[in-house]
Amino acid sequence: MAAGETLAIVGESGCGKTMTALALMRLLPEGAEVAAGAVRLEGRNLLALSERAVEDLRGSRIAMVFQEPLTALNPVMTVGAQIAEAVARHRGLGRRAAWAAAVEALGRVRMPDPAARARAFPHELSGGMRQRAVIAMALVNRPRVILADEPTTALDVTIQAQILGLVAGLQAELGTALVLITHDLGVVAEVADRVIVMYSGRKVEEAAVVGLFDAPLHPYTRGLMGAVPRGRGGARLADIPGTVPAPAALPAGCAFAPRCPLATARCRAARPPLTAPRPGHLVACWECGP
Amino acid sequence: MTLPPPLLEVADLIVHFPVRHGLLRRRVGTVRAVDGVSFTLGRGETLALVGESGCGKSTTGLALVGLVRPTAGSARLDGASVAVRGGARRALARRMGIVFQDPFSSLNPRQRIEAILRAPLDIHGVGRPRERGAAVAALMARVGLRPDQGRAFPHQFSGGQRQRVGIARALALRPDLVILDEPVSALDVSVQAQILNLLADLQRDFGLAYLMISHDLGVVEHVAHRVAVMYLGRIVELAGRADLFAAPRHPYSELLLAAAPLPDPRRRRRLAPAEGEVASAAAVPAGCAFHPRCPLATARCREGAPPPLAPRADGRLLACHHR
Repeated sequence: MAAGETLAIVGESGCGKTMTALALMRLLPEGAEVAAGAVRLEGRNLLALSERAVEDLRGSRIAMVFQEPLTALNPVMTVGAQIAEAVARHRGLGRRAAWAAAVEALGRVRMPDPAARARAFPHELSGGMRQRAVIAMALVNRPRVILADEPTTALDVTIQAQILGLVAGLQAELGTALVLITHDLGVVAEVADRVIVMYSGRKVEEAAVVGLFDAPLHPYTRGLMGAVPRGRGGARLADIPGTVPAPAALPAGCAFAPRCPLATARCRAARPPLTAPRPGHLVACWECGP
Repeated sequence: MTLPPPLLEVADLIVHFPVRHGLLRRRVGTVRAVDGVSFTLGRGETLALVGESGCGKSTTGLALVGLVRPTAGSARLDGASVAVRGGARRALARRMGIVFQDPFSSLNPRQRIEAILRAPLDIHGVGRPRERGAAVAALMARVGLRPDQGRAFPHQFSGGQRQRVGIARALALRPDLVILDEPVSALDVSVQAQILNLLADLQRDFGLAYLMISHDLGVVEHVAHRVAVMYLGRIVELAGRADLFAAPRHPYSELLLAAAPLPDPRRRRRLAPAEGEVASAAAVPAGCAFHPRCPLATARCREGAPPPLAPRADGRLLACHHR
């Protein structure tokens, strides 16, 4: 990812998009581990660093925004104190300076009356204000990358628009790269530069946002695009038959083959590699590749 | 064009919840969840109620099926008055089904699917007991479930399959009207499309009317014939689907439609509409409830009675002093 870029990772429940983000942050739940691969941030492999070194990077160089702001905030600390703690931890500022930075961060995310709201506990704020507080905390140390996992899914649509507009503005100002994990193709179309489509733990397609929406290649992506209601007034939606396979029982070849209208014997036997039928447009499909 | 009498006619529905506080549970305030809602719904028609959290759209649906007690108002089904308060609920319940948002919490986890689907037939004494098994099997087939799946428990089903069960249960008593309360919000998009297609088939085959409660404007634009936009307990605009989406006229409808993301990166807009948040239904602003966020608000909007929902020359209903 380049500085300032917005990369959307899309896919349905169980496709692995949240696990991808947690792995990048070294926050995988108990029982899950990174089996292979590398994550380089400004040249350093996050997966090879000590826990201590990763803690130094989390919240300073790379930050995360979760779907449900209540679970990301400490219920017994004011939001100002939580943001100030993140400032003090990573920038070594004194209490007063850290508090001032917290209030400034809340103002930057256009929290109404930031000095007063800094003294509020999470339960005293509306859902939109809580998510502003979480974004203020993520941005306060000017990270290079933000990972946002369904950051607006729990919010009303007018508040979603405010938050997405806000994040885009801050990205332009600070050059922060954004990994946006979402199931909402409308949100993707509004904010992403580039899109990765995941299915059953794998990348099945990757392209610039306009290229993907104009000419999706993978049958799964095409199915998703056809399934999105676009106000054609009752025209039949192109549904994808069946459901996502359980992660513990993936089929041998292409994981999408059991639901795919193009599937052949080859698809059921061997997993298709990622190829680039067009410059910058990757797809993993035997039947729609070059 | 002469219209047949509406299937459902709701007039001045009001649902207020008392806010109680302290040892003596003194009433300290009122949540005005639904504050004077009127609409009609024709046979085979889909009317969508849209709006953000706390606008009263779900409470409206729950009040119609008797799951919350209305404070005032009336509903007429097929021209016959049905007391929304008190008795006569059971007769109404037979003619109105409801499908809930969350297919995980709306099905009893300890009952088999066939028992869940049979319960309404038993309660209402529909058909002879030994014929009810066949009726359940027919229902399951109609919503795309296999007969052997009747022995399963809800946890063995995916979200989409559970929502099929919820739909089958709503249809068990052959209602004329089904209230759909966010029926696809909890589903992935590919499964959402399956369920929306199923709902369209059932509407066509049975002539069902749907009252569709949704916050998802993409879904609403796809399924609705008419749309009622709600804000803090009131309908602020009611218009045909194409009219509303082509040109919303209430300032809140404009804000809501402008905020909805479009699945088309070539039509990207600047996403940074109005500041401000929806006020609480426990502290509804005086005058027009939308005035604190409205760019057109004047002194008239800030005081007195809220603007009435009145018909306009283009056929839509609008509650705004300035439009």
